[in-house]
Amino acid sequence: MFKLLKNLKWQDYVFLLVVIGLVVLQVWLDLRMPEYLGSIIGELQKSQFGLEVDINTILINGGYMLACAVGSLGAMIINGFLISNISSRFAFNIRQKVYDKVQGFSLAEISRFSTASLITRTTNDITQVQMVIVMGMQAIFKAPILAVWSILKILNISTAWSAAVGVAVLTLIVMIAIIVVLAMPMFKKIQTLTDDINRVTREHLTGIRVIRASNAEEYQEEKFSKYNNNLTKAYLFTGRVMSILGPGMTLIMSGLSLAIYWIGAYVVKTPTDFANMMTFTTYAMNVLMAFMLLIMIFILMPRAIVSAKRINEVLDTENMIVSGEYVDENLNSTASVVFKNVSFKYPDAEEYVLENISFEAHEGETVAFIGSTGSGKSTLINLIPRLYDCTEGEILIDGVNVKDYKLDNLNKKIGYVPQRGVLFSGTVKSNIDFGDNNADDETIKKSISVAQATNFVSRMSDGIDSKISQGGTNVSGGQKQRLSIARAIARKPEIFIFDDSFSALDYKTDRKLRTALSKHTNKATKFIVAQRIGTIKDADKIIVLDNGKVVGIGKHDELLKKCSVYKEIALSQLSKEEL
Amino acid sequence: MARKFSVKQKETKGTFKSSMGKLFRYCRFQMWPLILSVIFGTIGVACQIVGPNLIGDVTDYIQEGLMGADVLKQISDLCFILVAIYVSMAILQYLQHFIMNNVTQNVVKRFRTDISKKINRLPLNYFDTHLHGDVLSRVTNDVDTLGQSMNESIANLLSNVILFIGVLIMMFVTQWIMALTVIVTTILGFAFASIFLLRAQKYFDQNQKNLADINAHVEEVYSGHNVVQLFNAKETQSQEFGKINRKLFFSGWKSQFISGVMMPVMSFVGNLGYVAVCVVGAVLIAKQGLGYGVIASFMIYVRLFSNPLSQIAQSLTRLQSTSAAANRVFEFLESSEFENPVLKVEDVKGNVQFDHVQFGYNQDKIIIKDFSAKVKAGQKVAIVGPTGAGKTTLVNLLMRFYEINSGDIRIDGIPTRFMTRENVHALFGMVLQDTWLFEGTIKENLRYNNENVTDEQIYNACKQVGVDHFIQTLSKGYDTVIDDAINLSAGQKQLLTIARTMIQDRPMLILDEATSSVDTRTEILLQKAMDKVMEGRTSFIIAHRLSTIKNADMILVLKDGDIIENGTHNQLLKKGGFYAELYNSQFEEK
Repeated sequence: MFKLLKNLKWQDYVFLLVVIGLVVLQVWLDLRMPEYLGSIIGELQKSQFGLEVDINTILINGGYMLACAVGSLGAMIINGFLISNISSRFAFNIRQKVYDKVQGFSLAEISRFSTASLITRTTNDITQVQMVIVMGMQAIFKAPILAVWSILKILNISTAWSAAVGVAVLTLIVMIAIIVVLAMPMFKKIQTLTDDINRVTREHLTGIRVIRASNAEEYQEEKFSKYNNNLTKAYLFTGRVMSILGPGMTLIMSGLSLAIYWIGAYVVKTPTDFANMMTFTTYAMNVLMAFMLLIMIFILMPRAIVSAKRINEVLDTENMIVSGEYVDENLNSTASVVFKNVSFKYPDAEEYVLENISFEAHEGETVAFIGSTGSGKSTLINLIPRLYDCTEGEILIDGVNVKDYKLDNLNKKIGYVPQRGVLFSGTVKSNIDFGDNNADDETIKKSISVAQATNFVSRMSDGIDSKISQGGTNVSGGQKQRLSIARAIARKPEIFIFDDSFSALDYKTDRKLRTALSKHTNKATKFIVAQRIGTIKDADKIIVLDNGKVVGIGKHDELLKKCSVYKEIALSQLSKEEL
Repeated sequence: MARKFSVKQKETKGTFKSSMGKLFRYCRFQMWPLILSVIFGTIGVACQIVGPNLIGDVTDYIQEGLMGADVLKQISDLCFILVAIYVSMAILQYLQHFIMNNVTQNVVKRFRTDISKKINRLPLNYFDTHLHGDVLSRVTNDVDTLGQSMNESIANLLSNVILFIGVLIMMFVTQWIMALTVIVTTILGFAFASIFLLRAQKYFDQNQKNLADINAHVEEVYSGHNVVQLFNAKETQSQEFGKINRKLFFSGWKSQFISGVMMPVMSFVGNLGYVAVCVVGAVLIAKQGLGYGVIASFMIYVRLFSNPLSQIAQSLTRLQSTSAAANRVFEFLESSEFENPVLKVEDVKGNVQFDHVQFGYNQDKIIIKDFSAKVKAGQKVAIVGPTGAGKTTLVNLLMRFYEINSGDIRIDGIPTRFMTRENVHALFGMVLQDTWLFEGTIKENLRYNNENVTDEQIYNACKQVGVDHFIQTLSKGYDTVIDDAINLSAGQKQLLTIARTMIQDRPMLILDEATSSVDTRTEILLQKAMDKVMEGRTSFIIAHRLSTIKNADMILVLKDGDIIENGTHNQLLKKGGFYAELYNSQFEEK
């Protein structure tokens, strides 16, 4: 938490000083009020002794009280203004920082946190900390000042009264301690129980066909009711415990004022004493309020600390991928790629995912990778654009190690199409002219046509200016994939990487697209990961992977003869006479 | 399939009234506790109001004591009464909260149960047109909001309205000029406060919207991280983020400022009344010889009076969210259900006939136009065709997940629409593309709801399917819990669901793209397992890898909802029609 607070700037500290000053002013004003009240009561006492009461004195003191109330309000409003500014700007800065940090992450760091968790850390956690800063800053300065000052005012009036206040504060603390001890563990439990309810319901929804087909509706209902009962029990418990708080507070407060008056019956001997009693009651309430504030901080703190920790974890993560210095000025639309004894394992993992991979892709060649799930094909091509860095060995593009390239220069050479089509909210055009593609309308249209997307794009209401909603939910999976391919084509890269990008397409489209692609981008070097033999049959080089090792390199016909794994895959897809 | 996403409806006065009315009727089973809670609350409030009055008397006695009278006896008598009042007030208030808590939790529990049961009675159609997240958030978020806000708002509203009226009466009874003073200052104070209050909502809404925007942006960019990085789009995305972030900063600042200022303003309203009470009280004492006790009790009345007003205002806003949440939950609970006929058929052989079946997910878009086919018991039928041809739809109709528009599907000559849904379901075993396993042990997943299946039968089925060996290699064998921690491959999961289907032992079988999400080598394994299950059962197979269905007894080629070809693999290839083209397109580039 404190580490995170170091992100405050000098002007925040200036603001904070002002805030503290204003809190002191406000507490002072609040505490003056009972004194004026005392004066008014003192003036009135005169009447009891047959003296003339001066209405003016009463009005003047009343005026002072009003002035104090207005002044106190003014101080609080300015404070609210400053504090909300500090906390919002703090959240603003941290948010940008976390966001930019995550942007620099490689796949390894992302998968360490998981995307969902990173999203929560960038949004929810920061809001959480921000809320606590707002509430905390108001309380953390005010509570001690108010408490100490009020106690000082009270101390020299009467020990018996002070003792009553002491008892009240103690009771308050004990009560809240009991509530916290009882309820807090339950609140945590409620979180997991809610997750359970969520999980069972999600199960129910995702498996609805299976459940109905199995006639397992009742089974599912029983399961749900078990979790429902547990959750209800937990809520009942916390509700019963938390219900003590309100009535308890009222009891303590009314009890305290009663005690003061009761004691007053014995100690009040003079009119001054009487006025003191009236003011004392007010101070005593202030002391109770101050302690309430302090307790609030202690309740709020733990949640914020957890959030702060989660944010710091992100900020403290060292980026594994570091940019090199080399810049290739000559982006001439073709490149050679060489893998030299490349091995890879995930950080902290024991087993290698890829072992001792070596091959060469000459300029303009198409290299395809095939193998069963988990054989490492995707990981392998992810090494080229440095989504991961290889653990051993080196990868050279045009003779230069990928690690030596400046990252954005390396990225400029590469057109990447991910496994699942990824689209961003915006338009068809903004999705294809993405990043530093700098594509003009003509390039965009050409790319769309090569990607076999002209048909459905032209059917959309505004052509290439049609809206794409968040996550591309308004287009189908295959359409998303084709637009992702168009995006890579519009980049005019030296190297294409297709990470199993054709599986979402039906055979016919797949074939048409690849034909158009090789015509349009014949100079570029292409890497294709695929499941279907048909997709890769005509590649210049097919690399067969099995358990992270190369078990065959060659053309389709050669591999059929000499590579048993390849033959097995091929046989499972085509019947013998077709091979 | 047309997916419609439910649009958040704007809350209007009419829906507020109707949903609150429904909520009230829904809570009727908790009527007596609710009434009890109100009674306790009222008595508690009465105590709270009488208190200040007695305190005033105590002060007056002390004042008299100053003049030399012996009043200690009266004071201690009064104080004992006050102790009794305060203690019973606390107990009553606690009881009120306690009961209210019970009431809400019972209501909430009933809501959850009803939702869970409702899921089972909704036509599948509902889930096609609503996102899972939408239903989920009704079970958790909405019901939670409902519970919390109901607990706070209704209990609060009741006791504060009672308190407000009670204090008003007591004030006038005690001293009417002072009472007027309090009311006038409080009204003035609230007029002042409303300057802030009225703006607040606008900023809160704005802030909420910006928060949602930033969430959406972050989600999108983080999940498309690779693409953003490799297309050097970091810079532009960061700028975009900065823009939204800046907006959020301003709206956050404003809304936080306003909500932070709310409290001080409210307490200023209290202070204002406080000052007025002192001054007016003092004047009255001086001019009319009023007792001091009046000031003492009014100082407490001021707080008691301004507090419930702001509390009532708060409760009313909370009620808005109660109503919104209730509305969403009721909307779900009131969705129309399917009807269930009563006929039950047993000892089915497995002859299936489609007779001029016509169907569309919505009336204006017919997907299956006129489908007729006859399948004999024990036959293996493959359904092929391009995406969108209606293959899965056909299976859905066979399972009676949806009701056909016209025509009939007959099993052993009996139309399925006369049979109970459970009866139809019990005739088929199903293996789908998306494997469905739940968190629980492997054995629980395999046995599922068939409680009379023995462990032996489970082991046997697994051996036949060929997944027994794999299960044995897991640390706890059949008792291994399937959750996120255990990494099953798609193929292994599918083998388990096939074993489950085997255990269910139904007369007919449906395999819908069962091998689509695995690689081709795993597919062979699955194929073997499925062949085992298909032995002697009428089976319907949907596959887009045509190699898997070559040995079917009958291949139905579907296009745009109609059968355009049918026959065996070799017959269709010879014919050289659509099937042949489809089949060849997977291999050759021409």
